[in-house]
Amino acid sequence: MLAAEDLTVTRARKKVVQGLSARFLEGEITAIVGPNGAGKSSLLLALAGLLQAAMGRVLLQGNALTELSVRERARAIGYLPQTPDIAWDVAAERLVALGRLPHGDDGREAVEGAIGALALEPLRRRPISQLSGGERARVLLARVLAGEPRWVLADEPLAALDLAHQLSLIAHLKACARSGQGVVIVLHDLALARNHADRVLVLKHGRLVADGPPAEALSEAIIADVWGIGAQWLGKPGAEALAPRA
Amino acid sequence: MRPGVNRASLVFAALLAVLVPLSLLAGRVWINPFDVAASGPNAAVILMELRLPRAVLAVVIGAGLGAAGAAMQGYLRNPLADPGLFGIAPMAALGAVASFWLGAWLPLPLQWSLPIMALAGAGLGMAGLALIAGRGVSDGAGAAGSGLALFTLAGLMIASLAGALTALAITLAPNAFALSQIVLWLNGALTDRSWAEVWLAAPLVGLGLGVLALTGRSLDALTLGEEAARSLGVDPARLLALLVAGVGLTVGASVAVAGIIGFVGLIVPHLVRPLTDRMPSSLMLPSALAGACLVLVADSAVRVLPLVTELRLGIALSLIGAPFFLWLLLRLRRGEV
Repeated sequence: MLAAEDLTVTRARKKVVQGLSARFLEGEITAIVGPNGAGKSSLLLALAGLLQAAMGRVLLQGNALTELSVRERARAIGYLPQTPDIAWDVAAERLVALGRLPHGDDGREAVEGAIGALALEPLRRRPISQLSGGERARVLLARVLAGEPRWVLADEPLAALDLAHQLSLIAHLKACARSGQGVVIVLHDLALARNHADRVLVLKHGRLVADGPPAEALSEAIIADVWGIGAQWLGKPGAEALAPRA
Repeated sequence: MRPGVNRASLVFAALLAVLVPLSLLAGRVWINPFDVAASGPNAAVILMELRLPRAVLAVVIGAGLGAAGAAMQGYLRNPLADPGLFGIAPMAALGAVASFWLGAWLPLPLQWSLPIMALAGAGLGMAGLALIAGRGVSDGAGAAGSGLALFTLAGLMIASLAGALTALAITLAPNAFALSQIVLWLNGALTDRSWAEVWLAAPLVGLGLGVLALTGRSLDALTLGEEAARSLGVDPARLLALLVAGVGLTVGASVAVAGIIGFVGLIVPHLVRPLTDRMPSSLMLPSALAGACLVLVADSAVRVLPLVTELRLGIALSLIGAPFFLWLLLRLRRGEV
């Protein structure tokens, strides 16, 4: 279990996460949603141990994250940043293999497993510049999975992907959760969170305003309160769409 | 095959093995490899006391500059980074120039006060760079990319400060002879270098190369961006310290014995990159070997060129390097790199 305990995070002297407590479970997809500037990415960075808590702490299986060695933390928590910002035009499989760095081995099996799980076999020798946005997103997720982390933390992994690629990546994340990994993702698209997450955390101005199953945490009342828009859910459960009221 | 030992390394190692003997034969006096004595009464002396130390020094300096360039480009995630741009080489040059000026007050002959003060300058530049840039990596609370931006700006500020002080030292030169010596020295060269310079530079460059080799995996992780690299267990403070020490030792020692030799650190990694898998760790060893080849060839060429006085190595490399830099910029603009 990954847990935030009364967590406060400051960036550039501003409190971006304030007194937040939440528990994240293995085997589930937890979505973190909220308006721009609500502190979603900062919360994710703090959960990944990449941003220090000003107050409170993050616990990994009951131990404070700050008490783990950098290497232990890196093995347990895989972090996928928002922007696919790749400095060198390397082949897809070289990029995936970077996921083994915390283990200090080449982990052939894990790398091959990640390449297979994300259907990257035909792309493995292609340089990253020759991949589409959707293919690149799969390569970057495979990089995280190659490290065999207990936790997969991803910041807007679905942004900038078309619908088909969004659904395919979600399917991969669901497979991670089914295999026992904990998946925590920041999402902008409320419909994706409502339809695919097991649990949703709603943030506003760095504070947790809702935490529960998607149907409760993303109720029309909460959306009206947090985003300031009147909107209603249309369609069948599992395939709902959010329509703003005129 | 071990990481870092790749096809490109083997190619450049083989090339170097051919170039070193060729370089020993080339010069104002051409030496017949099959009959050294027939090449003149002093051929053996020329070979052992002039050409061999000069060739060894070219290899040592070229290897240091090539590897430093590869590491620097990896760290800054930018193929336009040159170790000379980031304060250490200009600080070493400032130290060397100061030795012309202060030489009279130092209890050392110029032959020793110059490299020692150049190393002191490089050390000062390293300390400044590490101190300022270290603030950017210590807290991890800044905006994304702020660490590298701070490093770049700190390096450029140190470089321009050192440049201004060097210019000041030149205008305040104690006499015309010192002035000409300073200007001549600033345009790096390997002319008339002896084994003494080799013994001074080789251990420092070797140590620097060893330190740079430790950065390979962290630089690879940095391919994914700063935050992803940290999530993979890269310690930014350790990486910065290793990088500054490695670049400082290699570049500082090079400037101390040969003056400013620009563009090697920029061109070499760029030429080598397409021959590798483009990961920074794969680039380090072949860049060291290719840098050694480039400086050796350039130094042999300036020795052979039929000019009244020998063309300075630093000038020759800049004459090649500047147009190359422009070409690289234009290619980058068209998105071909």
